[in-house]
Amino acid sequence: MTKSELIERLTKKQGHLAYKDVELAVKCLLEQMSQTLSSGDRIEIRGFGSFSLHYRPPRIGRNPKTGSSVALSGKYVPHFKPGKDLRERVDASLLREREDANASLTSSVTDTQAYPASD
Amino acid sequence: MALTKADLAEYLFEELGLNKREAKEMVEAFYEEIRLALESGMQVKLSGFGNFDLRNKAERPGRNPKTGEETPISARRVVTFHPGQKLKARVEAYAGSQ
Repeated sequence: MTKSELIERLTKKQGHLAYKDVELAVKCLLEQMSQTLSSGDRIEIRGFGSFSLHYRPPRIGRNPKTGSSVALSGKYVPHFKPGKDLRERVDASLLREREDANASLTSSVTDTQAYPASD
Repeated sequence: MALTKADLAEYLFEELGLNKREAKEMVEAFYEEIRLALESGMQVKLSGFGNFDLRNKAERPGRNPKTGEETPISARRVVTFHPGQKLKARVEAYAGSQ
């Protein structure tokens, strides 16, 4: 799902708002989230997850083209930790898929068994 | 202070003129729609921000840290987040200003 698909889905569900308004809202939300992280703050969304910054210490890197060493300074990278609700729902979807796969396997076995019988 | 749903709703109220109820619903629906997509096995790509991907993990041996007892960690599906170039650059700029 891309950003524009997300905006479309939200527009369909939030019947009273026009696509343009939802688009603006989504952009504002993402901008506010980016702004928060880039000022060094955390984001905590109950049931979804939290975003924080992780520090990467300075290291010696290499220019892949020339092979020469380059000193890289320490930096921060965004990190996401999924919340309980998101974790459980995503994991449950794997179990559902496994059950569906098993069910179709069982039914296809039944089909092949049924085939010689009808012969 | 960490940014919360209440802060985001307040922001939509102030910046976009949504009423308080609409703003609250929009914030809730935004995260719920992302959860629904991930729950249905779909990757979520938010250009300029980052991608939420799904990874299937096989069962692996683990240990109960309290008792030291060995127990298998069951196979599972997890969400990973990969920040986009733009977000990474902005966050790095913060580190540079420290």
